[in-house]
Amino acid sequence: MISQFFVLSQRGDNIVFRDYRGEVVKGSAEIFFRKVKFWKEDGQEEAPPVFNVDGVNYFHVKVVGLLFVATTRVNVSPSLVLELLQRVARVIKDYLGVLSEDSLRKNFVLVYELLDEVIDFGYVQTTSTEVLKSYVFNEPIVVDAARLQPLGPAAIFMQGTKRMPGTAVTKSVVANEPGGRKREEIFVDIIEKISVTFSSSGYILTSEIDGTIQMKSFLTGNPEIRLALNEDLSIGRGGSVYDYRSSSGAGVVILDDCNFHESVRLDSFDMDRTLALVPPDGEFPVMNYRMTQEFKPPFRISCLIEEAGHLKAEVILKVHAEFPSNITANTIVVQMPLPKYTARASFELEPGAIGQRTDFKEVNKKLEWGLKKIVGGSEHSLRAKLTFSQESHANITKEAGPVSMTFTIPMYNASRLQVKYLQIAKKSSSYNPYRWVRYVTQANSYVARI
Amino acid sequence: MAPPAQSQRSPSPSQPSGKSEVSDLKLQLRQLAGSRAPGVDDSKRELFKKVISYMTVGIDVSSLFGEMVMCSATSDIVLKKMCYLYVGNYAKVNPDLALLTINFLQRDCNDEDPMIRGLALRSLCSLRVANFVEYLVGPLGSGLKDSNSYVRMVAVIGVLKLYHISASTCVDADFPSILKHLMLNDSDTQVVANCLSALQEIWSAEASTSEEASREREALISKPVIYYLLNRIREFSEWAQCLVLELVTKYVPSDSSEIFDIMNLLEDRLQHANGAVVLATIKVFLHLTLSMTDVHQQVYERIKAPLLTLVSSGSPEQSYAVLSHLHLLVMRAPYIFSSDYKHFYCQYNEPSYVKRLKLEMLTAVANESNTYEIVTELCEYAANVDIPIARESIRAVGKIALQQYDVNAIVDRLLQFLEMEKDYVTAEALVLVKDLLRKYPQWSHDCIAVVGNISSKNVQEPKAKAALIWMLGEYSQDMQDAPYILESLVENWDEEHSAEVRLHLLTAVMKCFFKRPPETQNALGTALAAGIADFHQDVHDRALFYYRILQYNVSVAERVVNPPKQAVSVFADTQSSEIKDRIFDEFNSLSVVYQKPSYMFTDKEHRGPFEFSDELGNLSIGGEAADNVVSAQRVEENDKDLLLTTSEKEETRGSSNNGSAYTAPYDGSSTSVFALQTHIESAISNPTAADHSPQASLAIDDLLGLGLPAAPAPPSPQLKLNTTAALDPSTFQHKWRQLPVALSQVCLNTQ
Repeated sequence: MISQFFVLSQRGDNIVFRDYRGEVVKGSAEIFFRKVKFWKEDGQEEAPPVFNVDGVNYFHVKVVGLLFVATTRVNVSPSLVLELLQRVARVIKDYLGVLSEDSLRKNFVLVYELLDEVIDFGYVQTTSTEVLKSYVFNEPIVVDAARLQPLGPAAIFMQGTKRMPGTAVTKSVVANEPGGRKREEIFVDIIEKISVTFSSSGYILTSEIDGTIQMKSFLTGNPEIRLALNEDLSIGRGGSVYDYRSSSGAGVVILDDCNFHESVRLDSFDMDRTLALVPPDGEFPVMNYRMTQEFKPPFRISCLIEEAGHLKAEVILKVHAEFPSNITANTIVVQMPLPKYTARASFELEPGAIGQRTDFKEVNKKLEWGLKKIVGGSEHSLRAKLTFSQESHANITKEAGPVSMTFTIPMYNASRLQVKYLQIAKKSSSYNPYRWVRYVTQANSYVARI
Repeated sequence: MAPPAQSQRSPSPSQPSGKSEVSDLKLQLRQLAGSRAPGVDDSKRELFKKVISYMTVGIDVSSLFGEMVMCSATSDIVLKKMCYLYVGNYAKVNPDLALLTINFLQRDCNDEDPMIRGLALRSLCSLRVANFVEYLVGPLGSGLKDSNSYVRMVAVIGVLKLYHISASTCVDADFPSILKHLMLNDSDTQVVANCLSALQEIWSAEASTSEEASREREALISKPVIYYLLNRIREFSEWAQCLVLELVTKYVPSDSSEIFDIMNLLEDRLQHANGAVVLATIKVFLHLTLSMTDVHQQVYERIKAPLLTLVSSGSPEQSYAVLSHLHLLVMRAPYIFSSDYKHFYCQYNEPSYVKRLKLEMLTAVANESNTYEIVTELCEYAANVDIPIARESIRAVGKIALQQYDVNAIVDRLLQFLEMEKDYVTAEALVLVKDLLRKYPQWSHDCIAVVGNISSKNVQEPKAKAALIWMLGEYSQDMQDAPYILESLVENWDEEHSAEVRLHLLTAVMKCFFKRPPETQNALGTALAAGIADFHQDVHDRALFYYRILQYNVSVAERVVNPPKQAVSVFADTQSSEIKDRIFDEFNSLSVVYQKPSYMFTDKEHRGPFEFSDELGNLSIGGEAADNVVSAQRVEENDKDLLLTTSEKEETRGSSNNGSAYTAPYDGSSTSVFALQTHIESAISNPTAADHSPQASLAIDDLLGLGLPAAPAPPSPQLKLNTTAALDPSTFQHKWRQLPVALSQVCLNTQ
């Protein structure tokens, strides 16, 4: 049971404010914002998602730079409220097409309308985009999506690659297409976030894949859908001990565990690894899964630091793409903290490098190397010459690193989990909606120690 | 009801007060009120939107109330909704004008469109004006019987709203029993869920005054109701499922087969993508199996994978909520999670609040087989750019060393930390080495070699400096330079800002003196002189005490200040097991995230009277009372301090043992303290000692180079006070507490 719900902009302005029970002081939004902004004097630490000030519990989640906040005096389930906040953000996004400060401000009346139906007197009534359709009467005012920061992992399809229709992720569930007719289509995205830690000698210390099969349906008439995964997919490993040797022969995908959306029926899942569901409107995760089975990391990172004379050192970073050459990773950023006493860094890119940038962040003494894209099989390197402001006593390698990396690789999935087919129950012989199955792999925590 | 929050504060210059805009709006609304021109609804929409947006940013638009109501005569549902929102916000402050809305709201409650009926009923109940309750009863009554489930859903919550405005009206209209009937019979599960929410609130509030209500509340967790809800659980929305599951945790099954039936039924809820549903289910499982040890452990095994999956899917905020619960379970049963330690490794981009939980979990699950890996990993974090986390990683290593296995290797690592030459790493490591030595004195040889190499100039943090000084004092016989390092520290007495460090310095110099008198003699004299002149009353007292006890008898002084120590076997736990159990009982609530039971952060009105008295009872029970109080205070501290407390607490104890001087009378358990007390008492009761046998005094002064002119002589009034002290312990303590204030004032005056 919550008492208030509000959305604050990055600057702390109320964009939406709804008081459901009148039990919490009116100035709560200000109290909250001040607390979050000045959590620790040094500004180094973030405020936790849940905290208590004067008997009022404040919950918040950050979505596209906005703060979605709920307050209550009661000892509620934190999971419930945080899930709810995230869900409210998703429902709003379903309606507005794009979630941003601008779109919220333009559509705040619609948002109030949604909030009235989602929560009554602090109790959740429904968060189903579909059910809400019958209660919501405002038409969304669509904002220009191209200029905005995209939301959510699926939004990466808007960048770079032209293979996918970018509109899907920014399309409102209620707005009509310019032609007045809705396009029958369904998107299934397999999004994998990978975490790998390499030891200083290049061994894999830990690795994990956290995946989601996300669906966004624009099909009318709620047809049933069957989604077939790898037939040899197996779930659950004997105990959950990391044991890289036990991963059996090629092709077999072993998930540690997974969970499913409410609408998914698993009647034949054990037999043929098929999920059956009637997809609700809007965006939702069909299945989340987790895998610690060994997989081939998409990049190998190597880093060499050498002293190069008095108060000088040289860093050589190499990144090798281990995936096939028909696949291209994009928006790659490699970061590495340098010794605190680094005064200057000059960079030397490989000859003929295009779309690369380098930066030395003075404030936190970080080296940053950005690459627009990396084609599978290729190797790139960077040479950085460091100048120190003081003599180093200790080993430089202990003062620098680790090297971390973020990237996005479309049409690639590290787990080899696949959607073998996507079957839509036919209404008529001419009914043939568009089906999009897309894969993407992103770095979550990709770290090489030096 | 909502945004006008900031309207009370004076408008800041940067924000327009909106006065002219509001009067402008007023005019425009008036013009539109009576108009029936085509397109008038669209213009109204625009105006209404403006009003609502002003309301949101905090401009007071309550003066438009009349106009808004006049304009609300429309069939346009979007307009109606905006008007309802407005009315709901301002009715409470404008009860007279709000009366105007009753009419049209009541009319809308009978509209043929169920949507309008529901909306109107919701708004009617949201007015929160006590005088209006008579207008609510009729529409609510028919709303509960409405053929449309949306209207019933709204009406049920409406009953709860009415209860909060006027409990007696609600009860007199017999609404609770209607809700009960609906709960058990309605076809719509959201209606059922709302009935359950409403009844739980109403009956819990009534239970304190009405026995019937408390019976009804108990009836909610009776077998028929629970089974009825459980059998329909899949029809409920995910949020309502959480509600039902929470209720089920309160149900006490009659036998184990019932327990297994319920668990069987709920098994698949563990695969739900919504973390709240999974946690609610886990709570049911954990509570049902509390008395069945084997099964309880199997439940831990079963829920491990789903919890780990939830932690790694979803937003950072969601995963934090789940991780907090995982943390609780790991702390309860570390052995079950010891093979999963790699899941608790920190990722470089995680927020500090997540890393902190993970560090604690890593510490807890360390055992023979994984300690090496865990400590290796923690050592990586020690070099982390995130300094607070680096510090805590080092503390974690120390904790593992203190309670776990393979101490040998860990000691090596700690010593490596000391060689890293990062000041915060050195500081943390020093504190740890000190604690380690208190538990494993046999390691002193290795540690001392390294500690001896640390220049005290590189150690600035009070805690670390105190630790270093303690070691210098304690192991001065093994450290060649100890007296000289101490001496140089004593020479810089005035630059030492931390009283804690000065206290430790006094004690360390004393200990060193007993072991190596000729080399320390000078330093001790200077230290005592400086200490007696110190304006900090504790430092002053301790110095004075040392001085006198040395005067009285040096060998007694040695027995008091440097008695043989026993190794510490177990360091005190931060939280009492009772508090931990309480938090476990409150699984899937904020208690778990805050790591304290709800009575510590929920105010009285939101806590049942039962729980409160319960709490008092616990605190006053038996010999553990003091312990409880301490833990309670400890828990109040933030997370960071929680991590600190073990060592800190020990530290305070340590200092009370080292220089037992002034905390001693409060700690009756230590033998040295008894000795001390008797000595003090005899010293004080003994007129010769108190009178300063001049010879003895001079002798010791000579020995310490403490010539009367050099040291400010202890002002005479204090001695008189001492001679007159009564020996009844409580009076003594009382005096003891009063004494320093007077003394330090005198000292200040003399300076």
